[in-house]
Amino acid sequence: MSNEKNENLRAKLFTRRALLLAGGQLGLLGVLAGRMYQLQVLEGERYQTLAEDNRINLRLIAPSRGRILDRFGNELATGRQNFRVVLIQEQSDDVDATLTGLNAIVPISEHQLRRIRREMGRVRAFMPITVLENLTWEEFAAINVHSPELPGIQPDVGETRYYPYGAELAHVIGYVASVSERDLAKADDPVLQLPGFKIGKNGVERTFDTELRGKAGTSQMEVNALGRMIRELSRDEGQPGADVVLALDLELQRYAHQRMGEESGAAVVMDVHSGEILTLVSTPGFDPTPFNLGLSKAEWNALQNSERSPLINKPIAGQYPPGSTFKMVVGLAALDAGVIQPGYTVFCPGHMKLGTHTFYCWKRGGHGWMDVQSALEQSCDCFFYDVARKLGIERLSVFARKFGLGEKLGIELPNEKPGLIPDKDWKQRALKKPWLQGETVIAGIGQGYVLATPLQLATMTARLVNGGRAVEPRLAKLPAGRAEAAPLIDVDKQWLDLVGRGMNRVMNAPSGTAFRSRITEPGMQIGGKTGTSQVVRISRAERLSGVRRRQEDRPWRERHHALFVGYGPVENPRYACAVIIEHGGGGSSAAAPVASDILREAMRLDPLARTAEAAPPAAGGARKPG
Amino acid sequence: MRLLSINWGLVLLVIAIAAIGVAMLYSSAGGSWDPWAGRQLARFIIGLCVMVVVAVIDISLYARYAYLLYGVTLVGLVGVEVMGSIGMGAQRWIDLGFFQIQPSEIMKLALVLALARYFHGVMPEHIGRPTVLIVPLIMVLLPIALVLKQPNLGTATLLLLGSGAIFFLAGVRLWKFAIVIGAGLAALPIAWEFLHDYQKRRVLTFLDPEADPLGAGYNILQSMIALGSGGVFGKGYLLGTQSQLRFVPEVHTDFIFPQLAEEFGMIGGLLLILLYVCVFGYALAIGLGCRHQFGRLVALGIGTQLFLYVFINLSMVMGLIPVVGIPLPLVSYGGSATMTLMIGVGLILSVSVHRERRLPRRLDHG
Repeated sequence: MSNEKNENLRAKLFTRRALLLAGGQLGLLGVLAGRMYQLQVLEGERYQTLAEDNRINLRLIAPSRGRILDRFGNELATGRQNFRVVLIQEQSDDVDATLTGLNAIVPISEHQLRRIRREMGRVRAFMPITVLENLTWEEFAAINVHSPELPGIQPDVGETRYYPYGAELAHVIGYVASVSERDLAKADDPVLQLPGFKIGKNGVERTFDTELRGKAGTSQMEVNALGRMIRELSRDEGQPGADVVLALDLELQRYAHQRMGEESGAAVVMDVHSGEILTLVSTPGFDPTPFNLGLSKAEWNALQNSERSPLINKPIAGQYPPGSTFKMVVGLAALDAGVIQPGYTVFCPGHMKLGTHTFYCWKRGGHGWMDVQSALEQSCDCFFYDVARKLGIERLSVFARKFGLGEKLGIELPNEKPGLIPDKDWKQRALKKPWLQGETVIAGIGQGYVLATPLQLATMTARLVNGGRAVEPRLAKLPAGRAEAAPLIDVDKQWLDLVGRGMNRVMNAPSGTAFRSRITEPGMQIGGKTGTSQVVRISRAERLSGVRRRQEDRPWRERHHALFVGYGPVENPRYACAVIIEHGGGGSSAAAPVASDILREAMRLDPLARTAEAAPPAAGGARKPG
Repeated sequence: MRLLSINWGLVLLVIAIAAIGVAMLYSSAGGSWDPWAGRQLARFIIGLCVMVVVAVIDISLYARYAYLLYGVTLVGLVGVEVMGSIGMGAQRWIDLGFFQIQPSEIMKLALVLALARYFHGVMPEHIGRPTVLIVPLIMVLLPIALVLKQPNLGTATLLLLGSGAIFFLAGVRLWKFAIVIGAGLAALPIAWEFLHDYQKRRVLTFLDPEADPLGAGYNILQSMIALGSGGVFGKGYLLGTQSQLRFVPEVHTDFIFPQLAEEFGMIGGLLLILLYVCVFGYALAIGLGCRHQFGRLVALGIGTQLFLYVFINLSMVMGLIPVVGIPLPLVSYGGSATMTLMIGVGLILSVSVHRERRLPRRLDHG
């Protein structure tokens, strides 16, 4: 019976403990329920966001880049279809066989094969790898035909930048290239992060990059844990880049480029009233396409080290002593200051003595009696030595700056150089030396410290012949009817006319320095001024011996720069032109014929007249930045 | 006749839970019977038959052969260990050709039966004697040591806590538990040294899961995101983004609850927990209604084990404890575990069927 009692006792103990245990279990499950309440109700929203972040992958869609057009709508830079093939590893059971098969149709180089293998190891099996790009249509078609036998290979069409006129426009248009770390640090446009995205690195491509780039679209993709796309949830196409319309006239540009030939130099043609740049040539040119696709180090070094510096945009970044092309400004400054009168004459014996130093005229025998007009016509140095000495460097420099010299003009291109118009302050600051009067004298013929870019010389010429308005050069075409007159420069009209007559005589008087390059067609006569700037000093020994070496006998780098500034037609000037031929010898022999031909072509094509008739070719976001 | 006395309420509960499991596995596969839901359903049907057979077998048979089963299973565990060490790689099962047996799975039941048998034979007045506890302690520690060696931390934890519950139910004095727990805590630093690197990492990851969101903490974090983003009502069946898009790993096995809670929300999750509570309640009621100590200990021992499964799995997916490999009973995919669980429920049912059976204190050794 005690057994029975024991058993009951045991059952009681068990019951007590079992209930205790069950209570404990219930309590623990209560904790779990509480945890669920915490996660799913209290923090539910936060986790919902996290889940959405997990599953939604925002992909950017690269906007297509805007075109660059000339004033008549000709495409200077555009997108071109890039035929390529991509490989998706997971679609092929035997990637090697696929690549071998592809190789039989279009050869794949060892180098490419190594890159493909590297990428294959890096990306997930469903991500496309670019195998070949920039294929010809024939190659692309052949691969398409064979694609059933090439599992994993998919034809694809992308976009690359195309420059139809290559070297002829390389300096103006610039080029696009991959985004660098520095670009990323500067800008926060997320589209820059896209693999393979290109941005403007030089020229108009760079200055108008924001307009050309457009806005990236977005695609919301649902992805799984491996990053594979499941489906597209929404899509925003973004905004394609705007076209940029330049003032350039493609035909004139090509003509000028071709007319410059093998020479190293620059040519600028400008609308004297609006400042629109119709032609901006820098020779030698370079092919911009490799910059887009990636330039090899050897190619880069070759471009960089060439003595003709093809990478420098000479019209805006080449700084040259303007030589005699500076004389109009000197004469005008002296007339304006009242230092000389229109009838003022100087006797040129072939040199001028200042203290112990002798300054020579280019014509050893001298010009005899010279006034402003004849001194311009025959480019007499002695006259301007004298005038500059009377005027002084301070008044000369202040006046020269009014004509666009010595400072940047703000053209829409990177790397513009300011040139140099020296004065006493500048010399003290830069060279820590006082100004010498002799330096004023040689500044009078555009030598010494004076430096100008071809763009500045063209602008100067435009301001001299447009009635004294301070036009500024601009590359972007002005919207039709929006041209407003530039502010007037404070200078007497009659002095401008006087200097203009001098420039006319340079071309059209038989004793003018550029008479041989004159244009005789009625209504197309041009005016201008030659310039020859010394690169190396002519030694005293050479001068005394009287046997000056001919320019052609000197090494290229020691020859004079040949310059010419001109305008046309003389009666009603519309086109201003500046040409420099580096180490070309003489302004009248080397530069004047080129400039004359370019001006003749400009007047023949007459883009300004034609634009007035033609409606603007494309509505563009083109405007001067800033 | 015995079939009629089976507790069909419990059977229905088990079917309900398993049905939820199959439905979730169908969703795990992205709305497909293949590869999990179909097979799990087939196993479950077989398991159901086995369960009923187990339920109707005379309970004295289990008591009689408890030690034998325990012994054989222990040998099996050693066998697996030996096979592993002689170059067949770490494995947890024995291949009988037509069937693969995981001794550690069987041990979960064998240990309960053996302990129940032992404490059934101990006179109530003797339970206070420390010497009485020597044999059962060895019975518990031997398989735990072998399972830990595999290494299978989940099963070891289950065996340890499950046995502790049986000791508690058998009437072992509370202060003795206090001593053991105290000693265990003191030994924790030593145990830490014995943990494998991946086990240590799991513990560290648990302590700070967001420190390494793409590495070891990924599982827990994604699981919590799945749970949390389900909200109160869930995203809808087959619409759980976290689980459908594979952000939650192992969603068909250990991490199936996050999928349920993501697709059916807190409502769905709590409903499943409620079903489990009913199962535990049945086990409690059956245990309390049993006339013999063996039956009582078996019913509540196995019931507690079920509870431990559920609690450890849910705590793990909710980020309350480190990741240990324990499935959600009757819901997670897995043949061996499901079969063991069904047999376990069968044993509880058997206790219910044979609650009036008089079992002598001394039984023949089977």
